[in-house]
Amino acid sequence: MSETYNKPLPRLSAANQPFLDAAREGRLVVQKCQSCGKARFPAASICSNCLSPDAEWIDTSGKGTVWSFCFFHRQYFKGFEAEIPYNVVLVQLDEGPRLYSNLLGVANEDIRAGMRVRAHFEAVTAEATLVKFMPLNEGEE
Amino acid sequence: MSFADRTAIVGIGESRYGKRASILDISEFALLCQAIKAAADDAGMDIEDIDGFCSFGDERHEPVRVQQALGLPRLRFSNMVWGAGGGGCSGAVMNAALAVHAGICNSVVVYRSLCQGQYQRFGQYRPRPIGGSHMAPFGLLTPAQFVALTFRRHMHLYGTSTDALAEVAVAFRSHAQRNPRAVARSPLTYEDHQASRLIADPFRLFDCCLETDGACAIIVTSRERARNLRHVPTRILAAAQASNPGWGLGPSGSHNMAIDDYATVNSRELAKALFGMAGITPSDLDVAQIYDAFTGVVIMALEDFGICGRGEGGPFAQAGNLRWPHGALPSNTAGGLLSEAYLHGLNLVIEGVRQMRGDSTAQVDNAQTCLVTSGGAQAHKSALILARD
Repeated sequence: MSETYNKPLPRLSAANQPFLDAAREGRLVVQKCQSCGKARFPAASICSNCLSPDAEWIDTSGKGTVWSFCFFHRQYFKGFEAEIPYNVVLVQLDEGPRLYSNLLGVANEDIRAGMRVRAHFEAVTAEATLVKFMPLNEGEE
Repeated sequence: MSFADRTAIVGIGESRYGKRASILDISEFALLCQAIKAAADDAGMDIEDIDGFCSFGDERHEPVRVQQALGLPRLRFSNMVWGAGGGGCSGAVMNAALAVHAGICNSVVVYRSLCQGQYQRFGQYRPRPIGGSHMAPFGLLTPAQFVALTFRRHMHLYGTSTDALAEVAVAFRSHAQRNPRAVARSPLTYEDHQASRLIADPFRLFDCCLETDGACAIIVTSRERARNLRHVPTRILAAAQASNPGWGLGPSGSHNMAIDDYATVNSRELAKALFGMAGITPSDLDVAQIYDAFTGVVIMALEDFGICGRGEGGPFAQAGNLRWPHGALPSNTAGGLLSEAYLHGLNLVIEGVRQMRGDSTAQVDNAQTCLVTSGGAQAHKSALILARD
């Protein structure tokens, strides 16, 4: 945690408050439709599958697969300066939805689509914890 | 007979094009008025015949202002396709053709103006409502990155090489070198491309389109009226807008679509609608203008539109098929967004019309049909098939 955090922060809204609250507690949650059971992310007011407004937030396993990735070489925010080129990954969660994040604990050149990963919670300010990812440990599936 | 084949593009107009923020001596609005007047002059029609107005991509200048500035006596139709970027460009042409065919108005101008030094710069980071929480904190900030992720998946699935990206950049630049309007005309080699700096790996500098200032306009009218005007009319053989399901369900609008739709430019439904209306097949096309905000979207578009098979876009390009004059489908014959100018794709429609008239600086012999696509890997897409009358 840093007093001078120089990257964009999540913007709080009624819709994503449960997600950000859970992240602070070390949980990766997504919405699940209480009518058809489809998991979704980001938050939405109705299910795009069955149009039900009824949803609950569920804990995910925090595990997923790298769907795609890129490395960014330009700096728009001071906070990324030391990390350029930094990775951005799209992770397919085992529960279905995909979300964007950064993959930690692995060199850029070793990142591959299909890698198994797990959520890693990084508290960047007192209010904001980001859901990042790490490769699964050996033997984990 | 559908609405499409009863209308034609009769006028094309462009302002001068310049690098981003280079046009400061004249307002964006005044530049737009120049382009519209040029389109009416090109058509050989009285500008007062323009009574309809269509645009797309959050165009700033409203039809009523254009009408007043140009002293036009009637405004009978005004229409805007939703969605930022170029995805709605061909859709705006479609709406113009619909209005003319329905008898709502006589002649519609489709226009787009973009002076990035006078207003915001595209392509750079700006806060987006949902992306603000789920993209920007991870440094996912710009369209180059959004599309880099999509194209990296294509590389993973099909083994597509960045040599294919280089070929797209080099081929379109070679076309731009023949075009005096093009903003980027200096020679570009494969080695230059591979040595250019990485922006959003796998995309390098020359994989990203230009940032330019300028304005374009085209005029659509009925096919009967078109026959009395200056040029051979360019028929709108087919026009379509489409989006596959799931695009738009997410922060960038391009990551929670169906799994088999990820490494595409969301144009498979669009292609079905388009070729269905045109009554021709991809192999009947003589020339193409493919939306090239990034080289990678061209590769994926070739597949979506059935010009080659799924996963074959890279090898198809690398075989020289996009090159004028000998490729199987010479594409972006004025240089495209990569080398001519970035007018959100309306300059691609204009080049399509030039090809149908026989007036391109990289003219395909006896070209009868031209595909024009609008938008990159994004939610709202549209396209046209133009034909020589």
